[in-house]
This record gives sequence, structure tokens and C-alpha cells, in this order.
Amino acid sequence: MTRAMFGRTAGSAAAGPSVDMSANLGSLAMPSPVLTASGCAASGRELDQFFDITKIGAIVTKSVMLRARSGRPTPRMCETPSGMLNSIGLQGPGIEHFIEEDLAWLTTRGARTVVSIAGESVEEYGKLAQKLRAVEGVDAIEVNISCPNVANRNQVFACDPELAANVILTVRRQSDSQTPIFAKLSPDVTDITEIARSVVRAGVDGLTVINTALGMVIDVETMRPALAGVTGGLSGPAIRPIALRCVWQIRQALPDIPILGVGGIRTGLDALQFILAGANAVSVGTMTFNDPSAPFRVQNELAGALADRGFESVREAISYGHRGADVFGLESEGETEPE
Amino acid sequence: MPIQVRGEVLDVRRAGTYYVLSITAPGIPESFRPGHFVTIGIGGEESGLILRRAFAIHQVQSRGVYGGTLDVVVGVHGKGTRWLSERRRHDFLDIVGPLGKPFVLPKEGVPCVLVGGGYGSAPLFMLAEQLRERGCRVDVVLGASSEDKLYGVLDIKRVSSMLTITTEDGSSGTKGRVTDVLPGIMESNNSAVVYACGPMGMLEAVAAIAAEYRAYSQCSVEEAMACGIGICMTCVLPVIGEDGRTRMVRSCVEGPIFRGDLVRWAEIGTVPADALGAPALDAS
Repeated sequence: MTRAMFGRTAGSAAAGPSVDMSANLGSLAMPSPVLTASGCAASGRELDQFFDITKIGAIVTKSVMLRARSGRPTPRMCETPSGMLNSIGLQGPGIEHFIEEDLAWLTTRGARTVVSIAGESVEEYGKLAQKLRAVEGVDAIEVNISCPNVANRNQVFACDPELAANVILTVRRQSDSQTPIFAKLSPDVTDITEIARSVVRAGVDGLTVINTALGMVIDVETMRPALAGVTGGLSGPAIRPIALRCVWQIRQALPDIPILGVGGIRTGLDALQFILAGANAVSVGTMTFNDPSAPFRVQNELAGALADRGFESVREAISYGHRGADVFGLESEGETEPE
Repeated sequence: MPIQVRGEVLDVRRAGTYYVLSITAPGIPESFRPGHFVTIGIGGEESGLILRRAFAIHQVQSRGVYGGTLDVVVGVHGKGTRWLSERRRHDFLDIVGPLGKPFVLPKEGVPCVLVGGGYGSAPLFMLAEQLRERGCRVDVVLGASSEDKLYGVLDIKRVSSMLTITTEDGSSGTKGRVTDVLPGIMESNNSAVVYACGPMGMLEAVAAIAAEYRAYSQCSVEEAMACGIGICMTCVLPVIGEDGRTRMVRSCVEGPIFRGDLVRWAEIGTVPADALGAPALDAS
């Protein structure tokens, strides 16, 4: 086991040299680079029973829509090798209830909050952004663009550069100019850097990389799809290498854009891989279902892993995996081939 | 409030087709009430089976040589439950609990009937004890497809006023289903409350019988869940709220015990058109 290789466990980092864990996502400053992931933490209240949610980077809330939504019928979930499929259908209370109840609680609790929004049309995203304007406790907005556009043959916003950019332009226009806006990208595209460039041009402050990958399972007993929604989003360690590749590619394409890395992070060493690939911060998602204290544990393990490698801050480690090969596409000079 | 603890396996024993695991779980027995459940992580820290498995708490002991311990009954249905059945003394397990809302107990000593399908009997033992302590008459009905799928017949006999067994193949007790014998038992004992745990089909039928006899029913549902703590939104079912409105509610935090007359049993696996936030009906 990797952790044993370094002769220390998660907790021991606290006793060792302290690593500066402070992190930034655009103008959002956090004491830690570890956040929860949208849809894997509800609105923080349940997880606060297992660890102090004010001690991690931020809570990324479950995507909220304009109105209350029942979501899809069950079965909504299916375990897969090192992962799971879900097809929840964005069940939620609607933006007004969210602001009055969930966001108010998070604000009172003193947690940093990234509010995830989801819409069925460009206008709906705009209205959501408007509702969040001047509301206390919105530290950033994450735009979940992996939703079908009801107005146009259910084309997923995140899969079309122009459509994705339209959503971001609208959200940007309707939001407080001080509020950082992140676009959450889907891996189900031919070239994720093309979508990334497009939303960056539209004025996004950062990118969340990645959302779930579309998958399916057939139940061989019933000989029908295992999920009522037929297909679902694959998440968990199964998609970690895909997520990491996406972070790496976007970092190569866009050296300065803040990236929140997400996808199957289970341990501090997994989080470290994302940081080395270019993520400024990471979200722990599905593995919170496996271990309700995972975000806090990963944060401690990451601090230990950074200390073990001689880093004094998380910042130093960001994109460290790209050294040697020039990030801008030129071969760096003076590099010799290993023997 | 639930806690996460590292529990040591003290004992694994066979009971018919089931396995009973006794595990140390300091802190959980202290806040346990009958109907609560725990989730257990499967396969260790690097397991490819990432979803925790949920089990009704069968027995707890808050004192003794090992401090707090609890028992769960495991039916082997797949890789995760097989792994659990293969645990041995001194193995460690990641336990979260107590979870969910427990059974509601009557304030007075009214006659109660407890219905368990298969290992659905597991949470009924401590419930029976607590009901007896309150002066309730406790009739118990255990049913299964065959004798080896009944759980705890001898033990529950000790805490029940009268025990009735049904098996579908007639290998033990009355041949048939729990619902074949339940009306007779309720009639002769004037049962005021029915408690049930077992498959959804059984719960639906038990809730209907309870309603017929104007008894209050408390059903422990078994919905597939990923997290058990209320964050994943996978274990929902349509339940009527106090305001008369149907909502898709999480069985892990708002259940697993529901009033039988408030669950829309026939519509489990669907979203009723009048549920809060249901998709608007097509104009076409």
C-alpha cells in the first residue's frame, strides 16, 4: 500500500513540518484546497455530523434549479467496478427554498459555499444567477452545464462550445461581478480543451473538471437497463484517470485558468495527482458516500503527502507534474534523456 | 447523531442461510433505538466495491467486556455481503450509525403485532423487548419462503406473547404467507399497532391489513441506498406528508420506518404525477 511506503499515516502530517494549505479558486480564497463535490454533499448539514465543514476548502452544494423538482423514479443508482452510476434527475427544493433554508444554514454555520446551479434553458441559468445576486453566503457559483437544453432537442450544454458559452455569458451578465463563476465540464466530448477555451472566452473565472461520464448497466436477471433512467452518470475511482487526463490537457491548453479537479478522489495521494496535473483545488465526490469523513481525511492525507515530498505549500505543487515538458508546447532546452 | 467507528469483529455465526456478525461499535449502542440501522464499508480501504451496505441493528449491548457491541444479520446476495460473511474474529470493519428514524412506540401498553419477512425479523427482537417493558402484548409473525430463510425463531419466542410461523413451502409452521394469518391474529387480540420489516410487497400487504383493522402501522422499508446518511438522493420513495402533499423522500434519513398508510406502495419505483416537483403533465 502506497501510504505505508512513506512510513507514515494520515494523521502524522500534523506532527511534521506544516504545509501551507491555503488555496485560491479565482478570487475565492480558502484555507484548504479540498472541497466537496456537487451532488455528493447535499448542502453540508449531513456531513457536518462527521467533520467540521468549516475546516475544509468549501462546500459545493447540490445543483439547484429554479423550481422544486421530484427527480427520476428509482432505481436511481447502480454499483459498478470501483464506481457507481446515478440517475437522480436533479431532485431538489428549488432556488428560493435553497436560499432561505440551505444557504442560510451554511452562512450561519460559517462554511464557505460554492453554489451549483442547473437549468433547462439559457434563460433559466440567467434567472438562477439573478436570484443569487446580492445574496449573503454565495462565495462562488458553479454552473452545471451537463444538462439537456429543452429548447433544442435536449442537446447537452456542456457538449457544444457555443451553447456552453451562451450559458456562461448569461450567468456572467446576471451575476454579481465580484462572484467567481466556474463552469463544470463534461468528459463526454471529443476535445475538452475546445469547450474549456470557449467558456473561458465567455468570461468564466475557472473550470470544474470533470462531471460524471455517461454510462449504463443492464441487469441480467430482468434483462433490462438497471437504472429507471436507462443511462446514468459514472463516478468514483473508475473515472479518476479520465478526470486526471482532462485536468492535464486543460492545464496544457490554458496555463492560467483556475481548475477545480474532480473525479474519483479517495486519498490524499489521489488529490496530489490532480494538483500535480494542474488543479488549483480538488473536490471529493462519490467517495464521500463510501466514507462520510473523506473530504477531511483527504485534506489531512494531502498535507502529509506534500510534506513527505518537501513541498512547503500546495501552491508549489500545482502543475509540478508538467515540469520538463514545456507547458506552452515547446520542448524545454537543456533537458537530457535519461539513460 | 450518527458516528463513524472502527469496529472489531467478535464473532460470525451461521443461522440458517444467514450470518450474524457481532461487532464492537463503541458509542453506537448508547444512542440506539429499535429500527435504527448501520452501514458497513466493504472490502477495506482500497476496495472496488465503494458503496456501503446497510443493515438493521439486530441487538446491542452497551456494557460488557468489549464496551458497546452490536449484532447485524447478513443475507448473502452478492459480492459485498459475501465478503462480510467471510469476516473472522479480530477483523476490523468501518461502521456508521445509528442511522435513520427508529420505530415509534406506543405510550401505553396496547396490543401490538410484529411481522418479519425472512431476516426482516432482525430489528424486531429489541423492539419486542421494549414493547414488553411498556406492558404491551406482543404477538409475532415470522414468514419466509422456506424454514432455512426464517431468522431467530427460538429467540423471538422468548419475547413474544404468541409466535406464528408461515412458510410458503410449508417446511415450517402454517403453509402460506404472513398476510394469510395476520388478520386472524389482529382480530383475536385487538392489535392496535402493527410493526413490519421485510420485502416491499409484504409491507404493502401488511399496511393494507393494518388499515383495514384501523390499526397504526410502522413499516421498515428496504430501498437501495448509496450513502445511508442523506446526501446521495438514491433511496427515495413517494410518501404523503403531514400537509397531505406527496414527496419523494429519502428512506435513509426520513425512514427507514414509515407509517404504512402514508407510503404510496403501488407507486414505488415511479414519481406520482401529484408529487412535489413532478414533471408537468404533457399538454398533448
